[in-house]
Amino acid sequence: MNSTRRHWFSTCLAIAAWPEVLAARQHAHTVAGSPTPHFETLDANTAAEIEAIAAQIIPSTEGPGAREAGVVYFIDRALSTFAIDDREAYRTGMAQVQEKRKELFPNSTTITSLTGQQQITLIRSIETFSFFELLRTHTVLGFLGNPSYGGNREKVGWHAIGLEDRMGHQPPFGYYDAQIDGEKKWPA
Amino acid sequence: MAGVTFPTTESVDFLVIGAGAAGGVVAKELATAGFTVVVLEQGPYLRETDYSHDEIKYTFQPGLTNDPKVQPITYRKSEADQAQPMKAIEYGRQVGGGSVHFTGNYWRFHDSDFRERSLFGEVTGADLADWPIAYADLEPYYTKAEYDLGISGLAGANPFEAPRSKPYPLPPMPVKSSGVLFDRAARKLGLHPFPAPVAILSQPYQGRAACVNCGFCESFGCEMRAKSSTLVSVIPVAEETGRCEIRPNCYVRKIETDNAGRATGAVYFDRNRRGIFQRAKAVFVCANGAETPKLLLMSKSKRFPAGLANSSGLVGKYLMWDNGGDAQGLFEHPLNEYKGIQVTRLIHDYYAADPKRGFYGGGGIDARFDFYPAGFALHGLPPDAPRWGSEYKKVFETYFNRTMMLMAHTTSLAQLKNTITLDPEVKDAWGLPAVRVTFDYHPDDVATMKWMMAKQIEILEAAGAQKTWSQPYDLADNMPSRHLMGTCRMGNDPAASVVNTYSRTHDVPNLFLVDGSNFVTSARQQPTATIQALAYRAADHAIQAAKRGDLG
Repeated sequence: MNSTRRHWFSTCLAIAAWPEVLAARQHAHTVAGSPTPHFETLDANTAAEIEAIAAQIIPSTEGPGAREAGVVYFIDRALSTFAIDDREAYRTGMAQVQEKRKELFPNSTTITSLTGQQQITLIRSIETFSFFELLRTHTVLGFLGNPSYGGNREKVGWHAIGLEDRMGHQPPFGYYDAQIDGEKKWPA
Repeated sequence: MAGVTFPTTESVDFLVIGAGAAGGVVAKELATAGFTVVVLEQGPYLRETDYSHDEIKYTFQPGLTNDPKVQPITYRKSEADQAQPMKAIEYGRQVGGGSVHFTGNYWRFHDSDFRERSLFGEVTGADLADWPIAYADLEPYYTKAEYDLGISGLAGANPFEAPRSKPYPLPPMPVKSSGVLFDRAARKLGLHPFPAPVAILSQPYQGRAACVNCGFCESFGCEMRAKSSTLVSVIPVAEETGRCEIRPNCYVRKIETDNAGRATGAVYFDRNRRGIFQRAKAVFVCANGAETPKLLLMSKSKRFPAGLANSSGLVGKYLMWDNGGDAQGLFEHPLNEYKGIQVTRLIHDYYAADPKRGFYGGGGIDARFDFYPAGFALHGLPPDAPRWGSEYKKVFETYFNRTMMLMAHTTSLAQLKNTITLDPEVKDAWGLPAVRVTFDYHPDDVATMKWMMAKQIEILEAAGAQKTWSQPYDLADNMPSRHLMGTCRMGNDPAASVVNTYSRTHDVPNLFLVDGSNFVTSARQQPTATIQALAYRAADHAIQAAKRGDLG
């Protein structure tokens, strides 16, 4: 973060949304610099339960998934920064999910203790909940968003989709424009 | 920030409200002609070093656009409904305005766009009218804009284009895989694809470097200064004259008038929300198709009880929308569409309306990929794709680099009932009324979009797509509207329009309005080139008038 960016934020302090973004960036910077990330918004148990669901939304099959990308850390940070308004939705949403778990698997105590197949059954039963859409959105943002927010660790999400994170690119960009050497030819 | 600072107690020659696509042009023209200018801008003054490739910030949050948390927008489909808070419209909110974060598409209007009513006759339920000016009146100003700002393209490549006096100053951008596939398929179907004209530098120009093909154009500010926003092109020229002050974080709440009914300046909130009055001899409002009518409607006085420059009652009426739709296709080999500018090829074959279609309207179709990674995984997949789990992961991982899109940009017919008004209840963080949007499609607008969608799918299939898909049609799909047009219509008759042919209000001789609000018709979207041509023309007229002493 350079002085110009700080200046920008200082000029925007009258606008409610910007301090949140600033906080997110500072937070991201702080956590990225610490050896063992910790949770600031979520308690460890809730974090583990959320991570269990996120890991079924983007599983770790054939390559890293939500778990390896640190999605739960992204969510923890989001809930104290740009998504602070979603805290209540997480509280009530997770309570609903736990209700559903008890209903489906009365002998279970946590989502993490369910088998993978049981977790999938549980998610099928909640996929129409508005909370599930919120969690799905945050999981994807944590997998494919900018790593400065605490997710997409080691850019695993970008590697998974084949995105090269570079400041610029040279033509040819893809298979089809390579066929004409990426020139400014017209007609192509 | 270079440039001069004017004391607010002194009158400047011109006050410009809004430092966007039009305001930046006007400021530069006036200042270089020798006049003193203060430009008031709602948003901040950002630089290329302030931008980043942060999808969450710029596409999931209002990074460079109006933030409904502080400036709520309300929406209703018709006057009979109660408007509800909804981000129905979106505009760039910083120095440079929408020219900072736009995709860069830079289409001139066709000759026919200025006389659709004469060419096609009445359209039931719509208020279709001819412009009071012709393409030939604007042509010199389109050319001026292209050279002043830096536009890349290939003259003569579009057989439907109106005559131009000069070629583009810069050659087209390198074609992408989407452009190659589209070009080949369109030719196979007998169509006429051509390189996209864009406000992005294909080569170094006027001290700015060429584009590096990073791919972050739409919704993002350009870190390389290669996107030809007013922020990096004309605004620095205005400031270098020493006669133009850009004043960011200044939110205008009223244009004041004197007993003779002339504008005397404007009252605005500065960054500390203090009310300040800036006096000026003449005023330009370039605040966009929503904020311009809002400001006029807020500027009521004894002399102007219906709002300023509103004797016609048409301020805020005839709102036109950002119509269109997209279809996507999956291809066998990697396209890597995330690299490079969004659009490199398009067609105007379906631009003109054709009575044989059974409805009024037409459009252009461009080849692009409008998604960044998370947005694609959330909103870009086929409707039948799974939404979570290992299959979901496999789909977004394998589709991301092999998908392209065709986007149509289509007619939005002017209708008197579609409006920008002041919400009677909802206020923004400054205590000013929220913009209330009342809008519904004309049935022909929907018919046009559906007809174009069938053409888009046909082209994708001709290109060899393994699979094609589109999103189901709904008005909500075209929200927020980013192209805000029609709300201070241009015309010769003061009873049927708000501004004259030089964007000067009929009612207040030293008040000009120039932005999308002037538009009599929407053409086929992509309004920026025409907004800027109108701005050059209005400034030219104002300069001549001021030199004659005609502006006070």
